[in-house]
Amino acid sequence: MAAENPEDAFEPLTAKGADDAADSQDQLNNEMAQITKQYEESGRTETQPRLDYAPYRSSILRHPTKDPRHTDPETIELYAPAFGERDVHKLESDLTIQDGGEPIGERIRITGRILDGDGRPVRNQLVEIWQANAAGRYIHKRDQHPAPIDPNFTGVGRCLTGDDGSYSFVTIKPGPYPWKNHQNAWRPAHVHFSLFGTDFTQRMITQMYFPGDPLFALDPIYQSIVDPKARERLVADYDHNVSEHEWLLGYKWDIVLSGSNRTWTEDDSNV
Amino acid sequence: MSENTQRLVPTPGQTIGPFYGYALPYENGENLVDRSHPGSVRLHGTVYDGHGVPVPDSMLEIWQADENGKVSQETGSLIRDGYTFTGFGRVAVDNEGQYTFTTVNPGPTEAGKAPFICLTVFARGLLNRLFTRIYLPEDTEALANDPLLSGLSEDERATLVATREADGSLRFDVHLQGDGETVFLAYPGLE
Repeated sequence: MAAENPEDAFEPLTAKGADDAADSQDQLNNEMAQITKQYEESGRTETQPRLDYAPYRSSILRHPTKDPRHTDPETIELYAPAFGERDVHKLESDLTIQDGGEPIGERIRITGRILDGDGRPVRNQLVEIWQANAAGRYIHKRDQHPAPIDPNFTGVGRCLTGDDGSYSFVTIKPGPYPWKNHQNAWRPAHVHFSLFGTDFTQRMITQMYFPGDPLFALDPIYQSIVDPKARERLVADYDHNVSEHEWLLGYKWDIVLSGSNRTWTEDDSNV
Repeated sequence: MSENTQRLVPTPGQTIGPFYGYALPYENGENLVDRSHPGSVRLHGTVYDGHGVPVPDSMLEIWQADENGKVSQETGSLIRDGYTFTGFGRVAVDNEGQYTFTTVNPGPTEAGKAPFICLTVFARGLLNRLFTRIYLPEDTEALANDPLLSGLSEDERATLVATREADGSLRFDVHLQGDGETVFLAYPGLE
């Protein structure tokens, strides 16, 4: 039942008032360009998104103003919850077979490895994904984008990583969709990924994008990662070796979590 | 910050966005134990934005030791059997930004340590997840000796220690910004 409450909670995608979604893309582009310029002049290297990134309007009141407090992890933080086949069925990694019929769209496989910052594979760990359908529509009460629902596609999948840290999903390429951040705002096509590591401090949620998307430069969520090299880490590669004859197109995307703070034995770190 | 010789650069995070509600929360995600469990405790609170307005589209996860301070490595958090303590919970806040977990008071993982529950915060509008700790209020000596808490001002410290209410429940509000802004944490290995 927990899933039901937030569905009622989201702001409707229709404009709320005079100022809502009033800014033009040009205005947004100017704001983003200024932040880029300041970043380039700073000489620093950032690898994560800014939490305080005003072009993403919803972040303005939802980012902490103080720097996070650096702390050494305690025992509980050096472990992560364990998931197993009791939690996840093998078929949950195929999003194209979940509702009986074939979903509409471009069938794809997304595969890669999950590693920690020292290159160790993250084994037998939970990966969750969710995404819009080929028309850019989520199965979600508050998604009011007037694009068709696909009755054969929920856009939700799970899997466990293998011993080499590998994961693999078969799905449909999601479409881009409009949102209310500013006038004529469109999100680049993406798949949400939820990831656990070996330490709870490695927990992360992110979004995977597709190569060559013309919306990258216009999207404040993608651009909130102000370093160009860093944000390119969210873009999968087309990989013809993953594609299958007369069946699907393949994308490769490796994910690196932060470094584990556990003391690993040689056996553990035998990659 | 890291003492590790880190070879790979971590992949950036991104916001959970508005549409996680049909994908991530799951049945009994917020119930680490059943309400009828003898040691069950309600952990509850509200997530607020910088204007003190409840945030209705936030998701929280907790991770904790059991009553004896033991770290569970049991599977079964997603499909709970009602008996096994896995230590992990997930909940989406309601329309008024409120959440409830049913769990147990964690014991100290080492003698004399201040017991706490790990909390991860996700929300639409929050570009990356935030980590913090929910300390139990009772062991004042352990709290005074805690390496994190002892480095904080009184006001900051107060944001990390839960309130024990008359009915035995723990109350812990999250303030993403502004008055009473919760102290969020960074760990070695991630900037």
